[in-house]
Amino acid sequence: MSAAPDHRPRMADLPLGERIAKAMPVLLVPILLVLGFLAIGNPSSWLTLTVSGLAMGMMIFIMASGLTLVFGLMDVINFGHGAFISVGAFVGISVVLALAEWAQAPSLLLNLGVVLLAVLAAMAITGMLGWAFERVIVKPVYGAHLKQILVTVGGLIVIEQLIHVIWGPDEIFFARPEMLKGAVTFWGAALEKYRLLAVAIGLVLFVVMRLVFRRTRIGLIVRAGVENGEMVEALGYRLRLVFIGVFIAGSALAGLGGVMWGLYQEVITAGMGEEMMILVFIVVIIGGLGSVEGAFIGALLVGLLQNYIAFLEPKLALISNIALLTAILMWRPQGMMPVVKAK
Amino acid sequence: MSDAILRIENVHTDIAQYHILHGVDLQVPRGAVTMLLGRNGVGKTTTLRTIIGHWPAREGRIVFDGDDITALKTSERARAGIGYVPEDMGIFSDLTVEENMVLAAASGPLDTGRRDRIFEAFPPLRTFWRSPAGTLSGGQKQMLSIARAMAEERRLFLIDEPTKGLAPAIVSTMAGALRDLKRQGASILLVEQNFAVAKALGDFAAVMDDGRIVWAGEMEQLATDAGLQERLMGLSMEAG
Repeated sequence: MSAAPDHRPRMADLPLGERIAKAMPVLLVPILLVLGFLAIGNPSSWLTLTVSGLAMGMMIFIMASGLTLVFGLMDVINFGHGAFISVGAFVGISVVLALAEWAQAPSLLLNLGVVLLAVLAAMAITGMLGWAFERVIVKPVYGAHLKQILVTVGGLIVIEQLIHVIWGPDEIFFARPEMLKGAVTFWGAALEKYRLLAVAIGLVLFVVMRLVFRRTRIGLIVRAGVENGEMVEALGYRLRLVFIGVFIAGSALAGLGGVMWGLYQEVITAGMGEEMMILVFIVVIIGGLGSVEGAFIGALLVGLLQNYIAFLEPKLALISNIALLTAILMWRPQGMMPVVKAK
Repeated sequence: MSDAILRIENVHTDIAQYHILHGVDLQVPRGAVTMLLGRNGVGKTTTLRTIIGHWPAREGRIVFDGDDITALKTSERARAGIGYVPEDMGIFSDLTVEENMVLAAASGPLDTGRRDRIFEAFPPLRTFWRSPAGTLSGGQKQMLSIARAMAEERRLFLIDEPTKGLAPAIVSTMAGALRDLKRQGASILLVEQNFAVAKALGDFAAVMDDGRIVWAGEMEQLATDAGLQERLMGLSMEAG
């Protein structure tokens, strides 16, 4: 942005209380890390659980980031998003199985090559599927939430059945690429290699998304469109094209998340995306509609809390995320960092 | 009015099940300021939103600079040269002032010439260039909203109540900026409730009631004819 003036304007600083309240969503993650450390006590266990929670959070973030943009920009409640997760996993794992020699070779380069090809194939297929889904299923029901729920759930069921037709009805078990198996030891903690890779991919993706949203014109259009689509059109932009682009990108990200989740679990099923949608919706809602940053923080909170609670009090693990959702909505009814207000 | 930049012919607009515009006929002369007056709820905002394409005209024709734009999308109307400043200002609160302006310069980078023209018209925007637009005051937001419409070369500006709710000093700045726009030869269709501002800026006026234009003519005629004002504006002011 070359149009900056050559001086530095100032605005009055916010009072301390307001600044803390504004930063609080960002502070929640370090607060949870500290509370987890105090509750768990053992540093190596805490580190293992933290990396596990961060990895889980990053994968949920990847799946949720597309959905929150579609929610915010297009006001579309897409329950079909789960289908893209499943399809991404099946396409990606098919690539891994097809390149089994590379995957089982003791070469990090070949192993990462397999993962990269799996991810690219999954994103390409789910991106195209997303484009078709938007045109055939979503486009006729823009602005009608109840119809959106009905037709996108219908689309989800149809795509799940298509997965059964193509890959068969059974779950598929497989092994991760050779060099991504096992763990490394760090400060006495066992850290799974694949989880470290998942954290790295999630972080890179978040940074790239932030750069795109903050530093590019298309990012500005998307951010502005989430807030006021009509005005973006009145400035001369064809928001419909942006809608389609975001839907395709969101579907491709779901596909990426599906491959990563599949590799994490080492088993895939047609219903895996549908199962993940509960966590994905929790993250989108507590993050605030339309907010990628909110989804990122929300996903980390969900991942960390679930891992800490599963260690401390396994029976409570199942309800920990619902409790988190309830607490966040009681504190901030529109979510932590909403870009658009819930209607 | 032979040289009209905008002609609206028998336009009917529905919002949901409500029939709001009942056959609006209006001409906006080139290079002049036309005030669209009338009490609240008579269809002034709907008329502007129909012209920019936010709401489709069910019936009738909108002709902009000789071209029928009735079937065009909002973005196509904007690219054809129509700038729109909505009543709620439509600024992007989450974006900085700079980002709002960069986005408004849809045809390319916001060059120094365009930027300086904006700063000259609205000095506070220079001060708050890198501040989030949501933190601006009401007057500053209104300035940003008009500045955004000025970022591109426009042949027609549709401006909806730019002085609404503003302090008198800001109203004066706003009126000055609109006067500058007028001096530069811009064609403006301006919805305004403040009759003093309307008198000062308007070359022509059209008064709406119940979704129709009930009077159109020169602003001077309306401003100097007490009887006409009472008949038209008395109705407006009492209800508004």
